[in-house]
Amino acid sequence: MQETRRSVIRAGGALALLALTGTALLKPGRAHAAWNKSAFEAKSAIDAMKALGMSSPEESRDIVIVAPDIAENGAVVPIEVTSNIPGTTSISVFIEKNPFPYTGTFGFAAGSVPFVHLRAKMGETSPVRVVVAAGGKHYTSAKEVKVTIGGCGG
Amino acid sequence: MADPMKIRANVQGDVAIVRVLMAHPMETGQRSQGGKKVPLHFIQSITAQLNGTTVFSADISQAISRDPVFAFRVKGAKAGDKIVVTWTDNKGETRTDETTVRGGS
Repeated sequence: MQETRRSVIRAGGALALLALTGTALLKPGRAHAAWNKSAFEAKSAIDAMKALGMSSPEESRDIVIVAPDIAENGAVVPIEVTSNIPGTTSISVFIEKNPFPYTGTFGFAAGSVPFVHLRAKMGETSPVRVVVAAGGKHYTSAKEVKVTIGGCGG
Repeated sequence: MADPMKIRANVQGDVAIVRVLMAHPMETGQRSQGGKKVPLHFIQSITAQLNGTTVFSADISQAISRDPVFAFRVKGAKAGDKIVVTWTDNKGETRTDETTVRGGS
């Protein structure tokens, strides 16, 4: 086991590496890294961002988040994100007060426009935080969405 | 086998807008039915290809709504081009559907 000598893996956990290489082999041509289990299981947006290597993103006005101010039904909240930052490769969405805030990462490649429309569940009123990766740097913006009826549990 | 996706791709100017509707329960693992928790069951990954080249991909969590809807924009797609969308869920189920890009409206 040569790997055990590598402190990076010891710190990061060999499991994560295994999962990463495993799925990378199965799905060639993916625009970004494989499904990040530890980030999806993180219970706070900050922990999820750390697991994704997105610590301390810069605030940016070039990220446009279109979402309702008040969502009547938390089970279906339409969110639209456009990044005007040149060289955008991915858009990640975090709903800060959901049980698992990390909602997803959307990767763009080969001429697709950094825009995504999605519908998410929101448990309660929460800021929707977006992190954009562009040129190896991270930028962030957030929008508060008020939820009158929760969309989680029941 | 899951129900087919509904995919629509329309050219507007030099950009094609692709809309996808997937049929999936997207269980959060937090809902209970008859006193029992309904286990997690949700789509994890999505990829979309234009004429065989990946143009859009997504890793998502159970926080995406039931019967997920996504829209994205592809530059340089022309009427007649082929869009192929694939999803995979946490139980290893997968589904692939395709559509042809339609001309501007």
